[in-house]
Amino acid sequence: MRISGARVGRMVHKELRQMFRDIRMRGLIFVAPLIQLVVFGYAVSTDVRQVPTFVVDYDRTPASRQLVDWITASGYFRVSGVSDRSGDLRAALEDRSATVALEIPRGYADDVAAGRAAAVQVLVDGTDSNTGNIALSYIVRIVQRAGADMVRAPAGVSLEARAWYNPALESRVYNVPAVMGLLLLLITMLLTALGVVREREIGTWDQLLVSPVSATELMLGKVIPVALVGLLDLVLVSTAAILWFQIPLRGSPLVLLAAALPFLIAGLSIGLIISTLSNTQQEAFMSSFLVLLPALIFSGFMFPVSSMPQAFQHATLLNPVRHFLVVVRSVFLKGTGFADHWEQYLALYAMAGAGLWFGVSRFRRMVGA
Amino acid sequence: MISPTRLGAIARKELLQLRRDVRSLILAFLLPLVLTMVFGAAISLDVREIPFAVLDRDRSPASRELVEAFTASSYFTLLGELDRPADADRLLRRGEARLILSIPPAYARDLSSGRGARVQALVDGSDANTATIAINYADAITAGVAARAAGAGQPSPITAEARVWYNEALESARTIVPGLVAVIMAIIAAMLTALTIAREWERGTMEQLAATPVRRVEVVVGKLVPYVAIGLIDLAMVTLLGVLVFDVPLRGNVLLLAGIALVFIIGMLSFGILISSALKSQLLATQIALMATYLPTFLLSGFIFAIANMPLVLRALSYLVPARYFVVVTRGIFLKDVGLGVLWPQVLGLVIYAAVAFALAVRAFRKELA
Repeated sequence: MRISGARVGRMVHKELRQMFRDIRMRGLIFVAPLIQLVVFGYAVSTDVRQVPTFVVDYDRTPASRQLVDWITASGYFRVSGVSDRSGDLRAALEDRSATVALEIPRGYADDVAAGRAAAVQVLVDGTDSNTGNIALSYIVRIVQRAGADMVRAPAGVSLEARAWYNPALESRVYNVPAVMGLLLLLITMLLTALGVVREREIGTWDQLLVSPVSATELMLGKVIPVALVGLLDLVLVSTAAILWFQIPLRGSPLVLLAAALPFLIAGLSIGLIISTLSNTQQEAFMSSFLVLLPALIFSGFMFPVSSMPQAFQHATLLNPVRHFLVVVRSVFLKGTGFADHWEQYLALYAMAGAGLWFGVSRFRRMVGA
Repeated sequence: MISPTRLGAIARKELLQLRRDVRSLILAFLLPLVLTMVFGAAISLDVREIPFAVLDRDRSPASRELVEAFTASSYFTLLGELDRPADADRLLRRGEARLILSIPPAYARDLSSGRGARVQALVDGSDANTATIAINYADAITAGVAARAAGAGQPSPITAEARVWYNEALESARTIVPGLVAVIMAIIAAMLTALTIAREWERGTMEQLAATPVRRVEVVVGKLVPYVAIGLIDLAMVTLLGVLVFDVPLRGNVLLLAGIALVFIIGMLSFGILISSALKSQLLATQIALMATYLPTFLLSGFIFAIANMPLVLRALSYLVPARYFVVVTRGIFLKDVGLGVLWPQVLGLVIYAAVAFALAVRAFRKELA
C-alpha cells in the first residue's frame, strides 16, 4: 500500500487547525504544562531545613548550651521550644510543634569534662519518614563532629565533602527536568487517545473512513500533529525550566532530542492503544489515568528506584519514563553525551518500536483495513 | 423538610446507575487496593546501601581502617577500589556510584604526626536527598574514626542516643499508608462524583429529574449517599490492608478515625458535585476535577512532600486543601494515638470545608434547575 504525502499533509493540517481552534485545547497545550511545571517544581521538594527542635536541658551549663548552639548553627535545626519537663517534650512531638527533641541529661558537663562519654537523647518524630531520616542523619553528624572536636585530636580526620552537579544540594534541580518526562507522556497519550475517540463519539469518524485515506494515512494524520505538539511542549517546558528555575542545561540538546523522539512515540502508541479500547472520551480519560499513575510512580521521579524492592526495580525497566528521566536529568545536570546513554537509547527505541507496531496493528484492525 | 422516602429514591436510582457502570465500580474498589499495595510495597524514600567507591592513594592500614568503617555501616556499599581519578569521574557521571571516598597519599603519616588528615568525599549531588544523607553519614563516620584515633580506644566524649518515635524503623509504608485514604478519595471525587450531574445533562435526563417532585437538597444528598458509602468501604479496605499486610499500627481510636473520615469524605465528594453541576460537561468536569482535587491532594497535603519546605505561596494554598488536615488526622490516630485534644484544629478545618462545599454544591445545583 502506498502512503500519499499530500493526503497525510492535509490530515495533519486539518488536525492542527482543529486543535488550535479550541481555546480549551490551547490552554491544555500551552498553559497547563507551564502551571504543572511550576507547581511540581516547587512542591516536589525533599530538602530539609530549619527543623523545629524542642530542647529539654536538665543540665543548664555552658557546655550544654554550647551543644544546642552547635546544632542550631548548622541551619538545619531551629529551637521551637525549651522546657525542663519531659512531659512538654512529648506534647510538642504529638501536636507537631517540634519534629526533633533533644534531651540533655543532668551531669552532662561533668561527664564531658571527665571524658566519661556523656549521652544525650535525640527523639525524632518518624511519622514523616523522609524528614525523620534526614534530620536524624544531620543530628548524628553534628554530635559526632562535636565529640571529635572535643578530644582535640592530635590526629583529627576531616572530611571535605563536595557535591558535584548540584553544589547547593537543592532537590528542585533534580526534579524540574523530570517533570518534563511526566508532561510529555501526559500530553502525547491524552491528545492521541482523546483525538481519536472524540471523532468516534461526535460521529465524524465515519466521514474519515469513507474519505479516500488509508488506515495508515489516517493514523499518521492523527499522530504527527500530536508529536509536533509534544516537541513544542518540550521546547516550551525546557525554556521555562532554564529561565525560571535556573536549571543548567550542561549537555547537548541533541542528546536530549534523541531520547525525546522515541519517548514521544512510545506515548503516542499508548494513546493509540487506549483509543482502540475506549468507546467514550470518559473511558479514554480513565484508562489514560490508570496508565499514567504507575508510569509515574515507577519512574524514579519522586521515589528513587534504588529504594524499591528488587522485583519492582526490575519491573521499572519496562517503563519508558524511567529511561527518559535518566537521560533528561543527566543531560541537564551532568552534561552527559550519546555514549553515556546507549542503554537508555536502546530501551527507548525498542519500546517505541514495539509500542508503535502494536498500536498500529490494533488501530488498523479497528479501522477495518 | 427533607423527606427520607424521596431521599432514598434518589440514592437508590444513583446506586442502580452506578451498578450498571462496571468500569466505575472497578475503579472505586480496585484502585484503593492497587494503590495501597503499590505504595505500601514499592514506594520508599529510605536511603540505605549507598553505592560508593574508594580512591585510596595511601594504601596503609590506617586508610583501610577508614574504608572498613564505611563498609561496616549499613549506609554504604563498597563498589570497589579505583586506580585512577578518571574512573571516579566516570562512575559518578553514569550514576553507578553516589559517593567517591578519596584518601590522599600522606593520610597515615598526617594522621600519626598530628597534623590532621583530610579526606575527600565526592558526591553525586544531582539527587539532593540521597546526597545529603550520604554526606551526613560519611562525615559522622569519619568523625567517629577521628575520635577513636585520638582517644586511642576511649569512647567518644559525646554520644547521641537517637530514638525515633511513632515510626521506629522510619518505614515509608507507615508514613504513606495512613495518608492514602485522602488520595483515594480525591480520585473518586474527581472520576465518579464529578460526573454524576454532568452526566444527567449530557444524557438529557436532567429534565426528568427537574420534573420530579424532589427538593434540590434531596437530590444532592441522595447523590452523595452511595459515594459516601463507597468512600467508607474504601477507608476500611485501606485500613485493613495497611494493618494486616504492611504492619502499620493502628494505635488510636478507630471510631474517631471513621467519624473524621466521614466529614472529610462528605467535603471532597460535595466538591465533586459542585464541579459537576457548574460545568455540565463530563470531559471538562473530569479534567478540572483532576486538577482541582487529585493534584493538590497528592502534592500539597504533606502526604509525601513536607509542606514546611515549600515556598510561601504554596504553603498558603495548602490551607485550602482538605487533605492537608486529613493527613495529619490519619497519621495522628494511626501512629501517635492522639485524640481530639490535639486534632481539633484539623477537625475544625475539615468541618468548615465540608459545610462550605456542601452549601455551594446545593446552590450551584439549584441555579441550574431554575
